Amino acid sequence: MSQVNDFVIKIATVNGTGSASANSLLMKALFRMGIPVTGKNLFPSNIQGLPTWYEIRASHAGYRARSGRVDMMVAMNAQTYGKDLAEVSPGGYLIYDSSWPRDRQLARQDVHLLGIPLAAMVNEQYGNARVRILMKNIAYVGALCALMAIDRDVVKALLEETFAAKPKLVDSNLQAIQLGHDYAKEHFDCPLPIRAEPMAATVDHVMIDGNSAAALGCLFAGATVGAWYPITPSTSLMDAFEKYCRQLRRDPDTDAKRYCIVQAEDELAAAGMVLGAGWAGARAFTPTSGPGISLMSEFIGYAYYTEIPAVFFDIQRVGPSTGMPTRTQQCDLMAAAYASHGDTRHPVLLPADPAECFELAVTAFDLAESLQTPVFVLSDLDIGMNDWMIPKLTWDDDYRPDRGKVLDRQALEKIDKFHRYLDVDGDGIPWRSVPGTHPAGAFFTRGSGHNRYGGYTEDADAYQDVVDRLLVKWETARQRMPAGVLTRSTRPTEAGIIAYGSSDGAVTEALDRLAAEGLDLDYLRIRAFPFGDEIDAFLESHQRIFVVDQNRDGQMKSLLTLETDVDRNRLISIRHYNGMPIPSDLIYDQVRRILAREAVA
Amino acid sequence: MTYIAKPRVYHSGLRENPLGLTIRDYEGGLSTLCAGCGHDSITTALVQACWELALKPEQVIKLSGIGCSSKTPAYFLSGSHGFNSVHGRMPAVATGALAANRDLVCIGISGDGDSLSIGFGQFAHAVRRNLNMLYIIENNGVYGLTKGQFSASADPGSKAKYGEINRNQSIDPVAAAITLGGSFAARAFSGDKDQLVPMIKAGLRHPGCAVIDVVSPCVTFNDHEGSTKSYAHTRSNSHQVVHVDFVPPAEPITARQTDGQQVPVRLHDGSTILLRKTDPDYEPTDRLTAMACLERHRRKREIVTGVLFMDTDLAEFHQIAGTSSGALTDLAFEDLNPGNDKLQALQQKLR
Ligand SMILES: Cc1ncc(C[n+]2csc(CCOP(=O)(O)OP(=O)(O)O)c2C)c(N)n1
Ligand code: SF4
Ligand SMILES: [Mg+2]
Repeated sequence: MSQVNDFVIKIATVNGTGSASANSLLMKALFRMGIPVTGKNLFPSNIQGLPTWYEIRASHAGYRARSGRVDMMVAMNAQTYGKDLAEVSPGGYLIYDSSWPRDRQLARQDVHLLGIPLAAMVNEQYGNARVRILMKNIAYVGALCALMAIDRDVVKALLEETFAAKPKLVDSNLQAIQLGHDYAKEHFDCPLPIRAEPMAATVDHVMIDGNSAAALGCLFAGATVGAWYPITPSTSLMDAFEKYCRQLRRDPDTDAKRYCIVQAEDELAAAGMVLGAGWAGARAFTPTSGPGISLMSEFIGYAYYTEIPAVFFDIQRVGPSTGMPTRTQQCDLMAAAYASHGDTRHPVLLPADPAECFELAVTAFDLAESLQTPVFVLSDLDIGMNDWMIPKLTWDDDYRPDRGKVLDRQALEKIDKFHRYLDVDGDGIPWRSVPGTHPAGAFFTRGSGHNRYGGYTEDADAYQDVVDRLLVKWETARQRMPAGVLTRSTRPTEAGIIAYGSSDGAVTEALDRLAAEGLDLDYLRIRAFPFGDEIDAFLESHQRIFVVDQNRDGQMKSLLTLETDVDRNRLISIRHYNGMPIPSDLIYDQVRRILAREAVA
Repeated sequence: MTYIAKPRVYHSGLRENPLGLTIRDYEGGLSTLCAGCGHDSITTALVQACWELALKPEQVIKLSGIGCSSKTPAYFLSGSHGFNSVHGRMPAVATGALAANRDLVCIGISGDGDSLSIGFGQFAHAVRRNLNMLYIIENNGVYGLTKGQFSASADPGSKAKYGEINRNQSIDPVAAAITLGGSFAARAFSGDKDQLVPMIKAGLRHPGCAVIDVVSPCVTFNDHEGSTKSYAHTRSNSHQVVHVDFVPPAEPITARQTDGQQVPVRLHDGSTILLRKTDPDYEPTDRLTAMACLERHRRKREIVTGVLFMDTDLAEFHQIAGTSSGALTDLAFEDLNPGNDKLQALQQKLR
């Protein structure tokens, strides 16, 4: 059986040994050969010395989820060798470092074991200990070039670009490639049936992680204030924002920054800074993860009640508590939707990949300002920190930010008395003013009871008047949320599947496989909360609806039962929550089993 | 949208400042604090100071946390934006607002509970970032609004209304601000307007975080014998080291005459403040002296007032950050958005 451009390579190493650059070199080489790829970094919450894996999936069909299969294991970590061997799919391959004797106890008849003396070869070639460690990684890339027909010219070009400033490094890297390559050529039957072949599926595409794309979204949306407290897996979002701003947001004359990033003392402060900046008229955001959302809650409720625009990026990781900081989940959906005490509800945007991180980051600022409320962008570690192939991002230069109802100086000049919380337009959204504009715009922002004029109140009716008006605004918000994406099956069906965020790739692939077996499902990918009419329509028109969640408690299923009229008995929860990105096999297996059982019954 | 335009009513017979505004224009809503509350005196001093400085009300923001003290921004400068935030978090909101618009004049009002307990971290970080704001702590040694529990500034040995004795050490915000690397640390007494008004003016003009700890007796829960923050105790034990006068460049105000040496300090905006030492040995630009002075008086259970420390050369928040001059909120979208060409160019590296 030959598997051309349809395979999974998994590399098991120890973190802190520099394998990341070798792995991205490998993935980029496949990408440049025109083959759709995705890379998933499965790393520990640790800086050095613990096991780490990198999974590269090449798929000519363009599938981007984990498949649950491993065709080529590069087992560079003796600690995890047994586990890594066990994970290889029958008929697959495993490369091990034959510089040392292999543990004979660990053997499998159905897996091809390929021993390459990587350490011995590089030790002979390079004197420096650090260089030896790094080059061992590059050498396995060389071996894979021979074994899997990966274009060495492409690899060479990539190395030349990476080390443009240090040509010496190009040579030593190429040498290591050569070592691995030649050994494989000489000792194995190259190329293997599992191999790459040039195609043209990646033209006009780029490889990017979701946090970088979200950061670009913030930059292009015109965000000027970012406040944060470092937390995995959101840190790289602010790192990227800073990097891009440094390049593209400087005063051309003075080089001064046209942005202000504050590394806050904690997430409470980060949230407060975002509110202060939003209140003062800037587009402001904070990237964080679950524990940060918990700390920010008091301010989130404040922003809801006082109607201050703010954008919160929650790059979800595994909870509860510290959980597993370097593993992925969709476990903060409920926490975000209802964050803070009292009756609060917040718009939540649900990007499925880096392209949507970019798009929805911009949407988030427009919604936050036009609705005058905190808006969440709920990404996750899988989207945020892994490399995804997406169509090149484009920007419409005619775009102008939706600043919402802000009274400017001219408008304020005509007004004698401005009332902050008056619903003058009937859409539940009052007008606001920002400091520094005009004395007539002055008002007092308070989280304590206030009436429609902005005055302090403990009056029952006056209090209720304002929170009821917030419900009118919520309905306005509902109508403005990005619509879900409906994918109809080729044949009419009463079965449906609902998913969101990073489950999209796995669902798409599973549905293709199910359809090939005659099992049809319509697919609705939810992109936002509050739910639009299209979601009600989908729930009404399907009898059996699978709801895919990457959390233990089926949070989207809960949210649907709470916020729509759906009969909960029609919903079947598919849940995956061990911290690994959801594999397509899991969805395929569960849907198939249940639909088959029902067909029999 | 529809708003009814109403003609503005002007007061007559009151003195106008260079903006043509009277002191009335700097007042706020009616105070709902207890009659005689020290916080109200601070409010009055703030009104006076802002009027004298002829601050444009719309250029001022007034922020606070939660507490009786934090209610007071509603009682001054009704022509300014106010932000009564959550308990202990005023500094974060101020940081964000000033990050967005550095041209705003920021007045932060807090209490000893608000800044020295729940918000101690945020207080510390506003000071060390040298955020350009006036940071007033209305210090009464108790949680007024929650009815008289000890705060972290209650002195060891002080007695609460119902007889309980505080045995914990107290936090002195002035000493804290100095050790945190603050650029302006002062103390006043709410009942001494002559000292407080010029000090507020100096704080408002100081290019950095000006912390003023104002001993502000709570008449309801902390103004009784045994309390070291009572009117009686403070009046008889307060010891003034430095007297501050403020002289705006346009219209010099005659300094109150006191004996002793003058220390003129020129501020970044070109104005000058004159520090008048009542204590000939005192040097307000030296941290060691300030700490020693605080400790010396603390041992004598005296409350030392005045500007204890100031350094106008310390880089403030935006200087440290390297932000462009002018408010970020004033930048046009074209100056913020790099455009599609740049986006395409940047993505060359992502292939
Ligand atoms: C998160 C939170 N916890 C507790 C409270 C209750 N609370 C309101 S004011 C206050 C103490 C205020 O003390 P201080 O800052 O000294 O102000 P004062 O009333 O003495 O002027 C407390 C504990 C609150 N509002 N929020
Ligand atoms: S309780 Fe104390 S602090 Fe509060 S208003 Fe009354 S006197 Fe002032
Ligand atoms: Mg107090």
